[in-house]
Amino acid sequence: MKPRPFDYMCPETVDEALALLAEHGEDARILAGGQTLIAMLNLRVVEAPVLIDITRIRELDAIRELDGTVEVGATVTQNRLLQLPSLAEKLPLLHAVLPFVGHFQTRNKGTVCGSIAHADPASEIPLALALLGGQVTLRSQKGARILSASEFQQGMLLTARAPDELITAVRFPIVNVRVAFREVARRHGDFAIVAIAAAAENRENIRIGIAGMADRPAVRSFQVDGAASLQHAIERLAWELEGYDDIHASARMRRDLLRRLGPIVVEEARQQCAA
Amino acid sequence: MRRVSKSEHARVSLTLNGRKASGQAEPRMLLSDFLRHVLGATGTHVGCEHGVCGCCTVLIDGTAVRSCLTLAIQAEGREVTTVEALAGPDGKLSPLQQAFQNNHALQCGFCTPGILMSFTDFLARHPHPSEAEIVDVLSGHLCRCTGYAGIVSAVLEATSRQAKSS
Repeated sequence: MKPRPFDYMCPETVDEALALLAEHGEDARILAGGQTLIAMLNLRVVEAPVLIDITRIRELDAIRELDGTVEVGATVTQNRLLQLPSLAEKLPLLHAVLPFVGHFQTRNKGTVCGSIAHADPASEIPLALALLGGQVTLRSQKGARILSASEFQQGMLLTARAPDELITAVRFPIVNVRVAFREVARRHGDFAIVAIAAAAENRENIRIGIAGMADRPAVRSFQVDGAASLQHAIERLAWELEGYDDIHASARMRRDLLRRLGPIVVEEARQQCAA
Repeated sequence: MRRVSKSEHARVSLTLNGRKASGQAEPRMLLSDFLRHVLGATGTHVGCEHGVCGCCTVLIDGTAVRSCLTLAIQAEGREVTTVEALAGPDGKLSPLQQAFQNNHALQCGFCTPGILMSFTDFLARHPHPSEAEIVDVLSGHLCRCTGYAGIVSAVLEATSRQAKSS
């Protein structure tokens, strides 16, 4: 289908964009990569009287290192981050998850910050941001604020962004961990049914992040003391998170996927640590 | 700053296959429709219109993207390349197109323009991909005739020819 009519505005600076957001607020939608937004407009599941196209704001197009993080600007595409030469070394988790985000053709246009803004509970980039304890930087005419991933993502497609705020960047901490990632999806490139990431500081201290089990990514830290304790911890987590029924899978199938895949992913991360 | 209200038609000027082109578009007009209905470049096909099937894939500034998930007005000033640009002026097929013909990599041909554009971008960046990498890129397209094996063979042939000629 075709989108309903909307007013189109194409600011060239962040200040211009913030003025437009202050004026139009709840009526406005930010257009960056458009790989979800334009699809939803075409399907008419989203109403947007005003579209603010930020893709020509040059100051938002940067990837830079800042205070031990990699800061990714609002218009940086998923493929551009994936092609960063130092990505595997600095952000191995992003290097692992980005190939699962959509397809080559959608990653060419889809942005890193757009995935964060959309806040799909089964989406890989919000999972990576949550597991690494990253941050989201927001600006409005009233000022700037920086929220942690867990403060930002508040539920299914629900975030702490105010209607007059623009996500200007996200920050992924550069941490010395070994990581592993796996997901189950109907087809490669689809949203995951369940996605699991693990980050191991060493063979004992593990953080696990799970998407597709609750209304937002779940992150837990635990100590691994042998295979039985690992299985036990994952088992408890499966019941705690419960999972949910939708067209793709039942809650029971989601719990089963976590039970079976969780220990494998954690082991893959642990195996990379020195004994 | 450019502002176009919903009832207005704006002039959109871009470079299409090396030539300047322009036309009128409402803000909500998709690039896919602009190419086909306004500029008359009907080589780009429209399948699902929500970014899943990949038929409408074109290059914007050399990068393969879904033209149904791009507004026409966003292509202002950009270089757009469509399937019409692949063959030479004398109609000689590009090596990738010739490999598709040699390997029977199309049946009805509806999905083919998008697939050709995706691999035009991908092979420019990765001239010697593995079969797994080709399959990964192809996963961004749907072929309802299900002729994927022929398409993979064609891309492999095109890359081995490039290897020979370089």
